[in-house]
Amino acid sequence: MGAWIMAGVTFREAGRKKILWTAVLAGSAFLALFGTGMHFQLKDITRHSLPPFIRYQLEAAMLQVGFYAVDLLAVVMTILTSVDTLSGEMASGTIQAIATKPISRWQILLGKWMGFAGMVAAYVAAMFGGVTAVGYFIGGVLPHHTLSGALLVFLECLLVLTVTFVCGTRFSTLTNGVIVLGLHGLAFIGGWIEQIGAMTDSPRLVTVGVVSSLIMPTESIWRRASFEMQSSFTRSLQFSPFSNASAPSIAMLGYAVVYLLVALIVAIYLFQQRDL
Amino acid sequence: MFGTKIAVSNLSLTVRRGEVFGFLGPNGAGKSTSIKMLLGLVKPSSGQAFVLGVPSDDIDVRAKIGFLPEDFRFYTWLTASELLKLHGRLCGMPASLLRERVPALLDLVGLSPHREKRLRDFSKGMLQRIGLAQALIHEPELIFLDEPTSGLDPMGRRLVRDVIRVQRDRGATVFLNSHILSEIEITCDRVVFIKEGEVVASRDLRAFPDAEVGVVARARNLSAQTVAGLSQWSTSARLDGERLTLTTHSTSVLPDILRYLTASGSDIFEFTPQRLSLEDLFLKIMGEDRGL
Repeated sequence: MGAWIMAGVTFREAGRKKILWTAVLAGSAFLALFGTGMHFQLKDITRHSLPPFIRYQLEAAMLQVGFYAVDLLAVVMTILTSVDTLSGEMASGTIQAIATKPISRWQILLGKWMGFAGMVAAYVAAMFGGVTAVGYFIGGVLPHHTLSGALLVFLECLLVLTVTFVCGTRFSTLTNGVIVLGLHGLAFIGGWIEQIGAMTDSPRLVTVGVVSSLIMPTESIWRRASFEMQSSFTRSLQFSPFSNASAPSIAMLGYAVVYLLVALIVAIYLFQQRDL
Repeated sequence: MFGTKIAVSNLSLTVRRGEVFGFLGPNGAGKSTSIKMLLGLVKPSSGQAFVLGVPSDDIDVRAKIGFLPEDFRFYTWLTASELLKLHGRLCGMPASLLRERVPALLDLVGLSPHREKRLRDFSKGMLQRIGLAQALIHEPELIFLDEPTSGLDPMGRRLVRDVIRVQRDRGATVFLNSHILSEIEITCDRVVFIKEGEVVASRDLRAFPDAEVGVVARARNLSAQTVAGLSQWSTSARLDGERLTLTTHSTSVLPDILRYLTASGSDIFEFTPQRLSLEDLFLKIMGEDRGL
């Protein structure tokens, strides 16, 4: 019960933060820009009288660009909205009035986590819905396995959220933000190194990429999401953030889920151990 | 322990049920940390703490405890009513009970006109008042108040005193940590002085008038022999012109002293008992601050 109360208040808190509405505004601006871009792309394609197959594939590739931007926005929004929820409340003493109520610390942390997870789910759903709608109504193209892609991006955001919580139990807000963004950046670069390794048949580069994915599996999840949603033509583009030379395996997804659960348990343990 | 720094040490104290207990000590004595240990916010590296008869880390016992942290802060986007409802729900109170309790508490702390105002628009004093209300929302048996009058104007301080009195009258125990000794003196039944994590003294303030009393009198026709005769009641007596100062161990002997002086033929114009204030006692126990 206590966890649900905390989830509710956290969800409402996230809704009252300017950062969320800034992200929503940025998302809306992005959708408008994306729709405009797709509209003019379609006009140019029509003017050049490209074959329908090529036209469809180009529109599908554009759609992947849109989902990539949504992924980036969702990850950044997740970090920025949740980065001070633990460290900030511990620093200000706000948490003391809650932690002295008949509610376990694990309920406080899990409740907050659920609140942010709910907010991120709504954001990802809205943005995926927006990009899909733009793709369908303007470009006349639908992604493959949109739901799988959205769920995987949601999983990626949950991973980022959980790591933010782990660091939030120990570090200040600023340090926490630097660490989590740094880890996400590491995963991003690692993903590219892995792609280059796969393209140039360099096992050592692939190993470096896999190790970075084991440290922070976010980029792997995005690449799997992208793999799920893209057409065969887009896949053939290979070397780009929006496509894959090597798609992460199901085992990597399993690893990411275990990573998330372990990180959540670690966050709860650290929060229970620390003085408030 | 915080790293290599010792926070508190061999503190050992007992608070009786139903009393208003004052917790005194200089800055850095370990008062707030001790309260945090009793509330399960800080884990002691050794030793035990029991609250209402159960270990302090017991979750269920917190339903019987209220806490006003020093410098109360909370989500600024909540209104006063929403804050109290949230804390009531965290204490397991049903919505029907909260509908009655929230307006009553807002009234008690003088915030009824501001019930729908957001905390971001509250002054420091108003935050303290709403913090006090959240500590009382579930009518706790034990209430910890850490510097409850911090930031309050004189009306606010009186309100806190009245609230504490009401809580004591309904049988609650109040654990009060304050730097404002005059407040403690008026409010508390008993005080404990701590210094560097050790309990160095304890005083029952209700019995305090009998502890040590000074008297300043203005008298004429007072002989040196009469002054010497005061030694049967007083620990010291000194005559300086018309001004007589003496100390006794009990107020109960004051009528005898007055009768003795008038019987000796002295004209008494003034006879004023002067108790040692809590501040005097505090300084006597802790020693003067030599930092300045």
